[in-house]
Amino acid sequence: MSQLTAPPKTDAPAGAMPNSYATGRLPRFVPWTILGGSFIIMIAVFALFASADPEGGFNAPGTVFLSVVLYGIVIYFVARMIEGPRRAKDRLVTTLVTLAFVIALLPLVSLLSTVVLNGTARLDVTFFTNSMRNVVGEGGGALHAITGTLLMTGAAAIISIPIGLLTSIYLVEYGRGRLAQAITFFVDVMTGIPSIVAGLFAYTLFVIIFGPGIRLGIAGAIALAVLMIPVVVRSSEEMLRLVPNELREAAFALGVPKWLVVLKVVLPTSIAGLTTGIMLSISRVIGETAPLLVAAGYTNNMNYDLLEGRMQSLPVFVYSSYVSQGTEAQAYLDRAWTGALTLILIVMALNLLARFIARAFSPKLSR
Amino acid sequence: MTAPATTALIPAKQRPGDRIFSGSALVAGSLILAVLAAVAAFLVLQSVPAVTTDPEDISILRGENLLEYVWPLVFGTLWSATIALILAVPVAIGIALFISHYAPRRLAQGLGYVIDLLAAVPSVVFGLWGGNVLAPAVQPFYTWLEQNFGWFPLFAGPASGTGRTILTASVVLAVMILPIITAICREVFLQTPVLHEEAALALGATRWEMIRMAVLPFGRAGIVSAAMLGLGRALGETMAVAMVLSASGGVTFNLISSSNPSTIAANIALSFPEAYGVNVNVLIATGLILFAITLLVNTIARIVVNRRKDFSGAN
Repeated sequence: MSQLTAPPKTDAPAGAMPNSYATGRLPRFVPWTILGGSFIIMIAVFALFASADPEGGFNAPGTVFLSVVLYGIVIYFVARMIEGPRRAKDRLVTTLVTLAFVIALLPLVSLLSTVVLNGTARLDVTFFTNSMRNVVGEGGGALHAITGTLLMTGAAAIISIPIGLLTSIYLVEYGRGRLAQAITFFVDVMTGIPSIVAGLFAYTLFVIIFGPGIRLGIAGAIALAVLMIPVVVRSSEEMLRLVPNELREAAFALGVPKWLVVLKVVLPTSIAGLTTGIMLSISRVIGETAPLLVAAGYTNNMNYDLLEGRMQSLPVFVYSSYVSQGTEAQAYLDRAWTGALTLILIVMALNLLARFIARAFSPKLSR
Repeated sequence: MTAPATTALIPAKQRPGDRIFSGSALVAGSLILAVLAAVAAFLVLQSVPAVTTDPEDISILRGENLLEYVWPLVFGTLWSATIALILAVPVAIGIALFISHYAPRRLAQGLGYVIDLLAAVPSVVFGLWGGNVLAPAVQPFYTWLEQNFGWFPLFAGPASGTGRTILTASVVLAVMILPIITAICREVFLQTPVLHEEAALALGATRWEMIRMAVLPFGRAGIVSAAMLGLGRALGETMAVAMVLSASGGVTFNLISSSNPSTIAANIALSFPEAYGVNVNVLIATGLILFAITLLVNTIARIVVNRRKDFSGAN
């Protein structure tokens, strides 16, 4: 077997090959060698740039990206010379597909690292025990926003869980014909409502009742519910359809009325999946900003009453501290980053908990 | 899945519990239709004053009529969403292929979770990141584009000094719609009949030829509908655009200059808190237009999906 080195420098195979099946194929270590080589070259190049311009610093995303690009070019030509154009194309596509994944990872890594780095600056006790009342520069906290988020999301959940669950029960157990089809279709359409339109809807609803300029916590809750209901319906519907039909038939054969079959057989069987779906839907609406900005407004004060006055929420807190930076801009930015970190932590916790519930408590279906 | 067929032949005894339960389920289902109708009705109702009032009396219009005010916003919405889609779809297809056909089986599910993490990040955090991290990072690149590709109308410049251009906003939008497109494409690619794939490989096709001949033709409808759903999401996305873009209004195709069209959703978010009187109705009217556009896009996507019923669960 001929020795291959990293750049496109190849020796023609000399003499008889020991294994005829391996002819015309690159040995396994070659792609990895080329990948390592291109990384080393790019790190060297970017290190030169970094030393030339000390303020710029080392550009890690650029290094990773250009290394993979260099690898793709080199492997294509190496493979073309030894393996022929078809396999070379195959290797090129493999590189491109992997590159796509790397491209998606770059913003995720950059986003999470900046949020964690900047967010820890104000991650202290004051942040979770104080509101922003009478705070101009440094200090202050987001207790009022966290309270508002929990109250409004809770209210939205109380509104949308019964409606969503009953609708999915209707679709799976009762629904026949035109109405069921229409509901399925419009639930799908409803998942696509822009969040700000849901906020405008909740606002207009209360304007018609109370007159213009009204901002209420409950309006924010209704806007969130409009966004949450279709998600709950879709996920619960899928879970209810997973319940084996034999269970229902066995219960019917014992003479159990239909509503008790649903209540005592279908729902307990799918309870883990339903809980997971509901938690995921909560984690989706808890980060919504636009509808709350429009329907619930923002305030610096604590407000426990959904039916009275403006109510702050964590996403809107992040937004308003970012947009209206006061005289000490850094203090506002720090609070915004810490709010963002708190928000991400809440959403991640809900997601992980939901996945844990799904894995730990779901009935073992033979699939 | 459905009730036993015998119930159609011999009507079961109707107990009060049955009637209450099925009745409430029916009411809940109908309530969804009612809510959707109410959204449309209330928005129309509140939009009426924006059309009937004399444009001279509405301060937010600055002397223009309603159409002149809305058109740049509609353009900005469509333009930013289109760029986001062009950026996101190839990457999303690549990631979906990577997870479904390239990654080692054991890693595949974990990698899928990693992409789902992107979907879990709230939009306001994306906005914060786009405005504070991404925009300064890409600004030198825009200057370079202007110097080297200034002859190309999209990069005509002068390059924005802050980097908060419509291209930056579209990149953030593309990152945000990536997970939804990836998720649907992945489901569709995984549903390719294994026999088709094995037949292609048995005929001597390389992995890429197998994907081109078996996987992509099978998943074409799924890819189209995934792109449409992503488009719907990008059209309605508010905070990322509001926090990243420094909008100046007007219609321009220039991607990197400091004069950028705003989008409907971002304009509402920025103007609504200070709006009063008929201005509010004007903003609601723009919201109605956004609602109509997304409804249209989503309906087309759903019709495409429902034609291949197998994919309808994929969201």
